[in-house]
Amino acid sequence: MTAIRFEHVSKTYNNAEEASVVDVSLEVEKGSFVVLLGPSGCGKTTLLKMVNRLHEPTAGTIYMDNVDIREMLLTDLRRQIGYVIQQVGLFPHMTVARNISVVPELLGWEQPRIDARIDELLALIGMAPENFRDRYPAQLSGGQQQRIGLARALAADPKLMLMDEPFGAIDAINRETLQDEMISLQQKLHKTILFVTHDVDEALKLADKIVIMREGSVVQYASPCDILMAPANDFVANLMNSDDRIRQLSMLLAETVMEPLPEEKVWQNAPTLDSKADLRMALSVLLRPGIEGAVVVNQLERVGWLSMKALQAAGCNMEATT
Amino acid sequence: MKFLLSNPGDVLELFVQHVGLSFISMLIAILIAIPLGYFLYYRRKLAGPVLGVLGMFYTIPSIALIIMLIPFFGLNRTSVIVALIIYCQVILVRNVLAGLDGIDPAVIEAAQGTGMSRWQIAWRVQMPLALPVILAGLRIASISAIAISAVGAKFGAGGLGKLLFDGINQTRMDKIALGAVLVAMLALGVNAGLRALEERITGRWAT
Repeated sequence: MTAIRFEHVSKTYNNAEEASVVDVSLEVEKGSFVVLLGPSGCGKTTLLKMVNRLHEPTAGTIYMDNVDIREMLLTDLRRQIGYVIQQVGLFPHMTVARNISVVPELLGWEQPRIDARIDELLALIGMAPENFRDRYPAQLSGGQQQRIGLARALAADPKLMLMDEPFGAIDAINRETLQDEMISLQQKLHKTILFVTHDVDEALKLADKIVIMREGSVVQYASPCDILMAPANDFVANLMNSDDRIRQLSMLLAETVMEPLPEEKVWQNAPTLDSKADLRMALSVLLRPGIEGAVVVNQLERVGWLSMKALQAAGCNMEATT
Repeated sequence: MKFLLSNPGDVLELFVQHVGLSFISMLIAILIAIPLGYFLYYRRKLAGPVLGVLGMFYTIPSIALIIMLIPFFGLNRTSVIVALIIYCQVILVRNVLAGLDGIDPAVIEAAQGTGMSRWQIAWRVQMPLALPVILAGLRIASISAIAISAVGAKFGAGGLGKLLFDGINQTRMDKIALGAVLVAMLALGVNAGLRALEERITGRWAT
């Protein structure tokens, strides 16, 4: 089912000579995680902000659940959409709890329901409610602030999430953690998410599908794997660094290329590797001196064997295996 | 001192008149300045000219401003109150604008994103965040108003200025001293009170 549909959407800012978004038509499936990727100035943020009408298109129409978004009351539309931005924008004069309760309050929820929701969300993002409810944003770290930003956007269980480089201002280590949390959140919540980034690795890690944009137009719209394997043109190939085999390896999981476990003397001293680990990580394990292969384990059970040879074969036959 | 001890009721009455005159002027002035400041915040091009005109009023000596208003409002309290309102606008409006400008644009964008209406953003987000700066302006304006209110006695507005002018006419140093000290104490008290309020508001959430 289509959650969001862009139909020939264009946008030219006042006083601008060139259009920021040029004739974009896209369909976003319900429950899919779609990343808008491209260099700065490619129109990805403009496209995103037209969905909650912070910007209005100069041509074309955007539909949410098959309703033209211009036919909805602006405030109603926005209350159905969770919005997360890079600068977070928490309300500094409100506690964590009150920040999260903004949209439920606007929607007129009863106080007990709001309180329960606050605790539920804080638990979901891994922040103990009793410790954080009554803190002010200034008393939180950058990563914690963005978690609250995320909780605020999720508060009223929106149909759609718009995320504008949400982890862009966060240090590399915390960014990885937040990305991992985002993945596990999405596995639980199955939201339709539009996510803007210029970070290729972030896009590959998070996206079900990637929209690659350049100079206001969509260059390619496909799954991460398809984009890596079959870039639409040189621009995409360069952007994605498609020749980078290592990056391609990160698209494959150990369990998809493992072989049956050989006799015990071969693997008894070998390192182990989780079945869900990607081949990039497998490579780093196998590159250690004196290692012939790794035992692939799934929840403490030995399920297979991954040798350097199999890894090389996988790298060469990417198209065949994916 | 002797005068105060022998006429505590009269002095208290003048004191209350003085507070009332300053208070009512500031109340009306801030009720004009906040919407005007908001208006100029969204109509940026008008901010310069409007602040320029208000600044011009500020340069007119207060006595002259009151006299200019007498043909319109008469020789009474009203002329003094109107003069105080006009006189303080530039300080108040400039601080309302500065308070609104000082808000992180990301906070406003986030507020729009949550689906607040413009009124809800103004009331729930912009106003509380701009309040410390607005209060700082109100504090400065109030001190001016308390000082200028003393001149108001000359125009039938009553207040502590009456002690000063009576003292001058009767060459009574004690009345002059008493009036001056009370005006100063009032200004200092209001200053301290509003400053404490500002700190209480920001102290809760600022780093």
